Amino acid sequence: MSPILAESPRWVRIGLVPALQLALALVISSLVVLIIGEDPVQAFAIMIRGATNLEFGGFHSTLYYTTNFIFTGLAVALAFHAGLFNIGGEGQAYVAGLGIAIVCLLFDSTLSVWLMAPLVILASAAFGAIWGVIPGYLQAKRGSHIVVTTIMFNFIAMALMSYALVVHISPLGGNSTDSRYWNSDAVFPKWNEMMPDAPFSLLNPTLILALVCCWLVWLLVWRTRLGYAIRTVGSNPHAATYAGINASRTIIITMAISGALAGMMAVNEVYGAQGRLILNFTSGFGFMGIAVALMGRNHPFGVVLASLLFGALYQGGTELQFEISSINPQMVLVIQGLVVFFTGALDRLVRGPVEGAFLRYQLAKAKKAEAADAAVAGGN
Amino acid sequence: MTAPAIELKAINKRFGPVWANRDIDLKVMPGTVHGIVGENGAGKSTLMSILYGFYTADTGEILVNGQNLDIRNSQQAIQAGIGMVHQHFMLVEPFTVLENVMLGMEGQAVLANARGKARKALQDIASRYGLEVDPDAIVGELPVGLQQRVEILKALYRGAKILILDEPTSVLTPQETGQLFEILESLRSQGVTVLLITHKLKEIMAITNHVSIMRAGTMVAHRETAHTSPEELAELMVGRKVLLRVDKQPAQPGEQRMEIKNLDYSDDRGVRRLKDINFNLRSGEILGVAGVSGNGQSELLKMLSGALAPNQGVMVLDTRAGHSELSAGSWRDAAEIRDLGIAHVPENRLRQALVKAFSAAENAILGYHDKPEYGETFLEPEKVVNATEVMMEAYDVRPRLPGLKTANFSGGNQQKLVLAREMLKEPDILLIGQPTRGVDIGAIEFIHRNMIAARDKGAAVLLVSVELDEILSLSDRIIVMNDGAITGEVMASETNEAELGLLMTSTAGEVPTAGNGPTGGAKAPQSEQQEEAVA
Repeated sequence: MSPILAESPRWVRIGLVPALQLALALVISSLVVLIIGEDPVQAFAIMIRGATNLEFGGFHSTLYYTTNFIFTGLAVALAFHAGLFNIGGEGQAYVAGLGIAIVCLLFDSTLSVWLMAPLVILASAAFGAIWGVIPGYLQAKRGSHIVVTTIMFNFIAMALMSYALVVHISPLGGNSTDSRYWNSDAVFPKWNEMMPDAPFSLLNPTLILALVCCWLVWLLVWRTRLGYAIRTVGSNPHAATYAGINASRTIIITMAISGALAGMMAVNEVYGAQGRLILNFTSGFGFMGIAVALMGRNHPFGVVLASLLFGALYQGGTELQFEISSINPQMVLVIQGLVVFFTGALDRLVRGPVEGAFLRYQLAKAKKAEAADAAVAGGN
Repeated sequence: MTAPAIELKAINKRFGPVWANRDIDLKVMPGTVHGIVGENGAGKSTLMSILYGFYTADTGEILVNGQNLDIRNSQQAIQAGIGMVHQHFMLVEPFTVLENVMLGMEGQAVLANARGKARKALQDIASRYGLEVDPDAIVGELPVGLQQRVEILKALYRGAKILILDEPTSVLTPQETGQLFEILESLRSQGVTVLLITHKLKEIMAITNHVSIMRAGTMVAHRETAHTSPEELAELMVGRKVLLRVDKQPAQPGEQRMEIKNLDYSDDRGVRRLKDINFNLRSGEILGVAGVSGNGQSELLKMLSGALAPNQGVMVLDTRAGHSELSAGSWRDAAEIRDLGIAHVPENRLRQALVKAFSAAENAILGYHDKPEYGETFLEPEKVVNATEVMMEAYDVRPRLPGLKTANFSGGNQQKLVLAREMLKEPDILLIGQPTRGVDIGAIEFIHRNMIAARDKGAAVLLVSVELDEILSLSDRIIVMNDGAITGEVMASETNEAELGLLMTSTAGEVPTAGNGPTGGAKAPQSEQQEEAVA
């Protein structure tokens, strides 16, 4: 049996289905808010306002979070195309922060922002790439599972960073875990420093870099021979061997690029927003990249949309904690978790029935047309 | 008139939008062998799965011996006296025959008593139906034909009076097929009803009393075997007249294109899969490689196409790229071998030749994606699509939608796309494995014609197939493989199925060795001292 299944239309796949999933997450979240005795309508109004208002920088902050999500989401999405589950975005970004710190500590008093920015971007990409390529190599040449190794590398990154910060980077000594601030002439200006009228936010030019990366990833995956090789290795390794594509090489290169993408998240945090290296600056963005990639269907454009959504959830959630005291950070996590749950983990729950309904509808239409044709042709 | 052993009334089964079975009626009389033929995807397997309780029909009735039954799982089917032998055996290989037969019917926690009872019952059944197997043999070490016998024993042990066999001969040599048919004869004479699912018309003609023909989910006809012919059955299966024979002129072999010397290969676990392979291949001929599946043909194809490297041996090539010699230390990968003018249509198209998730256009450049004709720096979609349209036109791939996902094409059309991709390049050497596996009869005709045409244009064609009919009708020269070695070489015009069948089970070097079954059992004697058997 080979059932002939056409795909449902694109607007159903990437429009209607995610919208329904979000709605479902919203309904369950409302129940949760109700249970703790608050008004869900009010809560969501606060969240939406918090994430979109222009006068207090809510929307700017949303975009700032979006930038992080784009990088880590792209990293996971690209690796997915090669059939690799890179859950080491957290560690790759973290180690990239170390690379930025080294560059900044060495040159921030001598170089201008125009020279520093490219250097910092390169350093972050290179450090992230190294942290991605080692698990990639182990997977390709030694068969060590990428999921296991990338998790381990997250831990190694944590330990390495704690050591580096406390022993070598922190100017204060003791158990201080921050670096000094970089020279403000050498770092990215924030949006409100460039636009005098804008409210304060951590938004900085890294967003542009993120969008450029989206375009580059699209180009790589769908317009280059390397991208073709990556997708072949990811969907059918046997076909890759048959075609003469070197799967090991492709896996290693993919993990290098994936690590570099995750690494550039550190530009937004360490070079753009914080202006110094602090402990745990990645704070889970690397892991959330998995949800972003899932929801964005591993497509750069989808990653941007999903990043916007998660950025808004982060920002809106932060506002919510301020406004309603009974809603604590854990509560916000629950809401975010429900969104991840319905859009990512339980994707099939909504997708299956909705797409199935469309297929049946199309088939019924095709049958009707066929019957009409047959009537006209007189039964062939 | 006795009640039919099985009667199906108006069975309907849908998978989503697809009708797998539509208004199926079937009557199988007790004590007969009833064949069910149809192309891949005609719904035979679905129908049998409904009968055996794997699927539940959406609507319709199942009557067993005149009794209306609601079969919801295979346990109920077994209780109703229905047994099934699957195409891929459901055996625990490290267990003995006896243990496999008992499996699921142990009865109590301590096995000692049950084993004794089972042994006796097994011996009764074996002697009654002529199904002799050593109950203490390890199943994994038995040849395929005997493993199948264990499956049949399993079903009979569970009290089956109605036996469903799904494509039982696809893994057997002609001799083993003969033995299977003897068993079926004896089962029939003892009153067992057999339902035989197959796509081989010759078998239908040889063994069945009645035959039912399915097409596209419906039952199109029932015939008494004595009153029908293969031609009529083929026509009913496809829905139009089909040419079953291949028309071809005698080959005119030209210069030598490929020579293989002393090729040897052991897999990761150290099992020697290819043993001292030697042959040559000329332009303008089709060299058939016959053998029971799993005797080294797959490894040979992979090696010649660059997907695997041998441990020893040399491949000498004379193609458009000039003279080249590849030895074990300097083997090339698939892309480099392709550049030497060799095209490869692999045995398993969905596993090797295609990426299901890709569009037809993306698959149309697989392996050739580095060529500048598909774009300079970047891949240019228009160029790829244009090239795909040319392929689809030339090989009649339907529907003609380069953007359609490959998984949505039928097996025959997928295969045509692969053939178009490989053969339109007019390769000097064409390696082709199981070209018509899972392909509709209509497409088989087309594929065979194109292979002959390629030969006549001067290509050197190496054909690997487990279908002896295909080997015999297409090849000019035939080499036979067993247990990783070449056991004989014959001219196609001077041989027949019986001779090939013997070669398929004999050992290289013409040393008749006792107990060396066609699977090359676990303890097959190592053929260190064997000299080449090829003339």
